[in-house]
Amino acid sequence: MPIATQLPDAEALCVALAEAMRPHVDPAATALVGIHTGGVWVAERLHAALGLKIPPGSINVSFYRDDFSQRGLPANAKTSQIPFDVEGAHIVIVDDVLYTGRTIRAAMNELFDYGRPARIDLAVLTDRGGRELPIAPSFCPHSLSLPAAQILALERAEDGGLSFRLIDK
Amino acid sequence: MKIHIRNGRLIDPASKTDKALDLFIAAGKVVAVGSAPAGFEASSVLDASGCIVCPGLVDLAARLREPGFEYKATLESEMAAAAAGGVTRLACPPDTDPVLDEPGLVEMLTHRARLPEFAHVHPVGALTTQLEGKELTEMAELSEAGCIAFGQANRAIVDTQVLLRAMMYAATFDFPVWLQAQDPFLARKGVAHDGEVAARLGLAGIPVAAETIALATILHLARETGARVHVTRISSAAGVEMIVAARAAGIAVTCDVAIHHLHLCEMDIGFFNANARLDPPLRSQRDRDALRAGLASGAINAVCSDHTPVDDDGKQRPFEEAEVGATGLELLLPLTLKWAQEMKLPLVTALARVTSDPARILGVRAGSLAIGAAADICVFDPLAEFAVTRENLRSQGKNTPFIGYEFPGRVRYTLIDGHLAFDGTLS
Amino acid sequence: MSEFGKPQSPQLNSHGELQHLLTIEGLPRDVLTRILDTAAPFSEVAEREVKKVPLLRGKSVFNLFFENSTRTRTTFEIAAKRLSADVINLNISTSSANKGETLLDTADNLAAMQADMFVVRHASSGAPYLIAQHLAATGRDHIHVVNAGDGRHAHPTQGLLDMYTIRHYKADFTQLTIAIVGDVLHSRVARSQIHALTTLGVPEVRVIAPKTLLPTGVERLGVRVFHDMREGLRGVDVVMMLRLQNERMQGALLPSSQEYFKSYGLTPEKLALAKPDAIVMHPGPMNRGVEIDSAVADGGQAVILPQVTFGIAVRMAVMAMLAGNS
Repeated sequence: MPIATQLPDAEALCVALAEAMRPHVDPAATALVGIHTGGVWVAERLHAALGLKIPPGSINVSFYRDDFSQRGLPANAKTSQIPFDVEGAHIVIVDDVLYTGRTIRAAMNELFDYGRPARIDLAVLTDRGGRELPIAPSFCPHSLSLPAAQILALERAEDGGLSFRLIDK
Repeated sequence: MKIHIRNGRLIDPASKTDKALDLFIAAGKVVAVGSAPAGFEASSVLDASGCIVCPGLVDLAARLREPGFEYKATLESEMAAAAAGGVTRLACPPDTDPVLDEPGLVEMLTHRARLPEFAHVHPVGALTTQLEGKELTEMAELSEAGCIAFGQANRAIVDTQVLLRAMMYAATFDFPVWLQAQDPFLARKGVAHDGEVAARLGLAGIPVAAETIALATILHLARETGARVHVTRISSAAGVEMIVAARAAGIAVTCDVAIHHLHLCEMDIGFFNANARLDPPLRSQRDRDALRAGLASGAINAVCSDHTPVDDDGKQRPFEEAEVGATGLELLLPLTLKWAQEMKLPLVTALARVTSDPARILGVRAGSLAIGAAADICVFDPLAEFAVTRENLRSQGKNTPFIGYEFPGRVRYTLIDGHLAFDGTLS
Repeated sequence: MSEFGKPQSPQLNSHGELQHLLTIEGLPRDVLTRILDTAAPFSEVAEREVKKVPLLRGKSVFNLFFENSTRTRTTFEIAAKRLSADVINLNISTSSANKGETLLDTADNLAAMQADMFVVRHASSGAPYLIAQHLAATGRDHIHVVNAGDGRHAHPTQGLLDMYTIRHYKADFTQLTIAIVGDVLHSRVARSQIHALTTLGVPEVRVIAPKTLLPTGVERLGVRVFHDMREGLRGVDVVMMLRLQNERMQGALLPSSQEYFKSYGLTPEKLALAKPDAIVMHPGPMNRGVEIDSAVADGGQAVILPQVTFGIAVRMAVMAMLAGNS
């Protein structure tokens, strides 16, 4: 397994992801929901790039995670905000990195507690492999393979620029 | 049976003796101190190397729970505890079930207690029938049956006219009256000292005034009636001051303190420790310090165990619902030694408070190692640790705030009338 | 302090995390703040179509109410149900306790039914400690205990929801002057409020009451004592009213509810002495015309109904945090 992986350019991936989605979204009807924290930043970029009318939502899946009984409640749980009617909506869940798929499952479960969407898509900047659930992205401009001991995290600089960082567990 | 106790350090507070001396016993009495009398041939030699040999402890308050509360303790279990604690003589309060207010009950108790390995038992008779504070008991009859004093345990006589008459009647025959000073109205529903801890834990408080007001009443009536009054379980600094002032004013009053109150204060309730639920309540640290000093100076005449065995069901309850009291017969000696050491008191003074001084209050010839005295003797190792555990306690009551602690001062032998009632070398 | 010392608080585990919630006293500031922070996202759950999150799915929460309190029991029940727990309500004052079953017998029986959490209300101070200590002593400390009010001792979730309410309306605890008015002596709520406020750094906590309704040595809890309500309310940011139980009119604590209201009832005229933006709180249920005038209770400065709403989120946060600290 190669140790030094060439990290993708997060800013470029945001542009690529927006272009991949553009043919499939309706600016008047499609709603984005970013997953805390990285997914919220990406959703903001996509919302601007695609010129969507519906304000983006954010979702905190802490209350829906399947590892609660092992890990407990995180100290920094944020509030979920869904500023539109989920019932019958076309929703794109946005996250930075797709990994095991458990976060996405938790996010979908949570969304259903707000109502019954007509359709849910999944948009991510990159897919690092290692899926543990049958979940596949609808839009994903990049993929790479990382050992389980590493975490790929999206970070936001003070000027708002997004970049990836590799963290050893 | 002739016994030679050798190689010990003999402390006899009554004669202010503290010296390496052997002790010789024959026919249940002390026959010689130092060297053996002519022709003495010991049938038994007890080695007291490293030990202190002193009079057996005299405890002014030990609840034996008989009759009536045999599920909490029995005469057998508590007498074993007394012997293991070096206690050879004890007074028991009248709050049994039925109450010790009839001669027959007192006779039955003293008869049951008349076994060679049992400590001498002196019942305190009820001052009023059923301890209800309404009618006087047949004190003269009870005295003949064996009561050495009359009291109310920790139930107050609410009606001061009854109290006055009870004290007058007792004074007629010169019977001692033992009273606990606690105003029942100020103590109503109270479960802890009315101070910082009660405020914090939300426990109903018993103010110090409950003691001082009752004490003022008792002292005034003692002066009025000339009754011989002994105040039991004093708990506050203000109470000690009042006793001292009363004596200065010529009132012949004595008092005692419970051993727990020398070491613990309200803080020891901790997080609702039901073993610290005592009557009177553990008071402030300042009060505790005054009790320690008062016992050292003699302002308080004696320290007692206030032994009160309670079963687990009685203690494993929320603090305010828990039964009051702590087991104490086996802790009296180590906790007295601890107090003495902390107060830097000579052992001869400290041991007087659990031997000769309480014997004087009981009005019996005891607590002394003089030639001809009953051979009630405690031999203890002042350095050996006594671990307070459920297993080590012989009392059926395992209820003590000191559970889990270790204290120096372990009894090696207890003799009652020259009979070996406890042999610590076997355990 | 005695050399025999204060035992370790039974509510924190070896990692300093909350194992039980028994009292606010002694809880570190960061633990209090974390509970308040955690409550914020839970308050949003009530806005959803499905007012439920699956955190306590499959867990059994037993509401052990040895003292009747429909209101408190209901808020705990709602909170537990919004966390998807199974809730079993037991009003024990009317069943086993009368048949001689002890508190610990009851706890043992319910523990044998695979309980995960006990929410305990009891008329005796310290009863939830007894249960928590018993569970630890018998190797069942995976069961969490939440004190829902014990005697006069503590009502920690009420104290926490009050702090949440204050933080909602007033940003910084360290800039506030707060008055607690009424029967502090018999109030578990007041004790929890005082500990929470002093821990969170409120520089001046006042208690206002007649001497008969204050515990001896209350100032040692870190409060300033006022007997004159007008003086005590001057310049405060928050007025926390306490409920006056009707039975206090017996036992020579107070002459009458009319006289109490005159001296210690919160009227618009007395409230005007507080800061103009002061808020008025009350743990409920209110005695209108005894401790509080209806014009104040229903007025613009009262935040009594938001307290109830926040109470559910705070109780959800507490239960979720405890369940997560296994």
